[in-house]
Amino acid sequence: MSDALLEVRDLVKHFPIGGGMFTKPVGVVRAIDGVSFSIRKGETLGLVGESGCGKTTTGRCILQLERPTSGSIVFEGIDMVTLDAAELRAVRRRVQVIFQDPYSSLNPRMTIGQILAEPLKVHGIRRDKGERELRVRELLAQVGLLPQHDKRYPHQLSGGQRQRVGIARALAMEPALIVCDEPVSALDVSIQAQIINLLEDLQSRLGLTYLFIAHDLSVVRHISDRVAVMYLGKIAELADRKAIYDEPLHPYTRALLSAVPIPDPKIEAKRERTVLRGEVPSALKPPSGCVFHPRCPIAVDRCSAEIPPLREIRPGHWAACHLA
Amino acid sequence: MLDCPARGHPTRRGKVAKLLEVKNLQTQFLTSAGVVRAVDGVSYDVDEGETVALVGESGCGKSVSALSIMRLVAEPAGRIVGGEIVFKGRDLLKLSEEEMRDVRGRDIAMIFQEPMTSLNPVLTIGRQLTEGLEIHLGMGPAAASARAIELLGLVGIPDPARRLAQYPHQFSGGMRQRMMVAMALGCNPALILADEPTTALDVTIQAQVLELLQDLSRRLGVAMLIITHNLGVVARYADRVNVMYAGRIIERGTAAEIYADPRHPYTLGLLRSVPRLDEPIRAKLDPIEGQPPDLSRLPPGCAFAPRCAYRVERCTEVPPLAACGAAGHMSACWVSASLAKEPVA
Repeated sequence: MSDALLEVRDLVKHFPIGGGMFTKPVGVVRAIDGVSFSIRKGETLGLVGESGCGKTTTGRCILQLERPTSGSIVFEGIDMVTLDAAELRAVRRRVQVIFQDPYSSLNPRMTIGQILAEPLKVHGIRRDKGERELRVRELLAQVGLLPQHDKRYPHQLSGGQRQRVGIARALAMEPALIVCDEPVSALDVSIQAQIINLLEDLQSRLGLTYLFIAHDLSVVRHISDRVAVMYLGKIAELADRKAIYDEPLHPYTRALLSAVPIPDPKIEAKRERTVLRGEVPSALKPPSGCVFHPRCPIAVDRCSAEIPPLREIRPGHWAACHLA
Repeated sequence: MLDCPARGHPTRRGKVAKLLEVKNLQTQFLTSAGVVRAVDGVSYDVDEGETVALVGESGCGKSVSALSIMRLVAEPAGRIVGGEIVFKGRDLLKLSEEEMRDVRGRDIAMIFQEPMTSLNPVLTIGRQLTEGLEIHLGMGPAAASARAIELLGLVGIPDPARRLAQYPHQFSGGMRQRMMVAMALGCNPALILADEPTTALDVTIQAQVLELLQDLSRRLGVAMLIITHNLGVVARYADRVNVMYAGRIIERGTAAEIYADPRHPYTLGLLRSVPRLDEPIRAKLDPIEGQPPDLSRLPPGCAFAPRCAYRVERCTEVPPLAACGAAGHMSACWVSASLAKEPVA
């Protein structure tokens, strides 16, 4: 795809377990096991899945906080995996991150002003102190904070305000792509909507592209253009948001959607639920064949023997299931 | 203040007795910033066999109110300064510590949010299950073990006899929470307090544990008080709902009424702010503006007034009285009547 801002191809990340200088590793956690997708300029790709499915590791590989075991991550035409540290620094400015917990990702001993000015200084974007202060004020305004917030410390702000600072810090570098790793799941319900609206506003004003990693399917449906569902290091299904929510093809996607309770007792009273058996298996020893087959309500013999490839079943709608 | 006299709500089994009545409960914490009224005159009740929800956001006092029922508020910083907690006709606040110990775990059991931090890491699963049985029910070790195996089987843990010798770290998150459910059910309690029982779990495991809790509480006739911030969970599992904000209950009613016809701007705002899977996608979400209040510096009038879209002058001056609608639907809001025609979504 030519209009892709980011193209991830056959991404693999294995973490060896144990093994020191002289001993061999005793096992390998297959955190990501062959993941491919692309993100178009200006779109939001939602990445959903349960804990341990590899969604956060995928984000960390794109940020180059983890070096992938194999595969390529092509951003603006450059494969980031092949870059050395100096070259990477320049690319990193264009790819920023918003973390889940704004409290543990802001330095408690720095004021908000210092937190926002630091990346400007480090990357030499605003060399003059006065210019930096101006830019900090602009950033605060962009995320709906007041100029006087620059003298405050993180502990003096509420959770929602802290996440606004986290967003402002990502914006400071004027990035093209922002990896949002569970940006609202630590926030209260009434504040979540504020932050989601802010992210959407900024996207349309600044032409940003988002990889939106989350486990809340209702939030992902609201914010994403396309959605990828991950399970145990692989993509189970990838499609436009409408297709994935209205006509899910993978049994895992269907089970996930049915597990989300809808805030309306009348609907819930009539709703049938597919409750999955068992739990997510360990990525240390993934099941044979389709990794989902031990929990799958419709599995057949073939599922435990053959790995289903991610196939384009309808135009733009991909699923990794033999029966789809 | 916030008590509607005639409740008369329809229940599943016709007339049932009140199991728990919390009356005007006040729990405070002494902090360097001053006195924090975490629970500020809260009243609610639970009937036998019924599931009641306490909904609210972090810091609204929902967990402290449950800890107060168990008398587990950490002293000396925290203190229950007023009110009554009547359980089966006895005021728990008047019991001696010894008598209270008999109530905890036997008559009222509790399930916490994070099963890993509420299980003892150096004791086997078996020991943690049998301890309560031996102390509360006077069972011998053999009988207690047999009962423990039965309990683990009841909550769907495969191969329970082998599991008894294992430690909590050998269990997954979902299994640990099942084990907590087994522990809670051990002594056949009349009431289970479930404080965010599935918040730490994955979506598919959440569904498993909640369906299990609902199924068991119905089959065994145990009443439940579910404390949560998740409006979807409340809609699916609760018969009646209490919505808390800044240490007070601001709306109460049957789940059906609260969701179809909310009469407090905060409840309305909460319902409107969450995106829903069953609705067409909205261009914009409808958040509640502003920030949750600082409990040590509450405004003189209604605590929600600074964030409220329906605020009138009186709201910032006088705390609202409870307005009672049909069938015990209560709302602490000066303008609750005018919310009747507001669409929820």
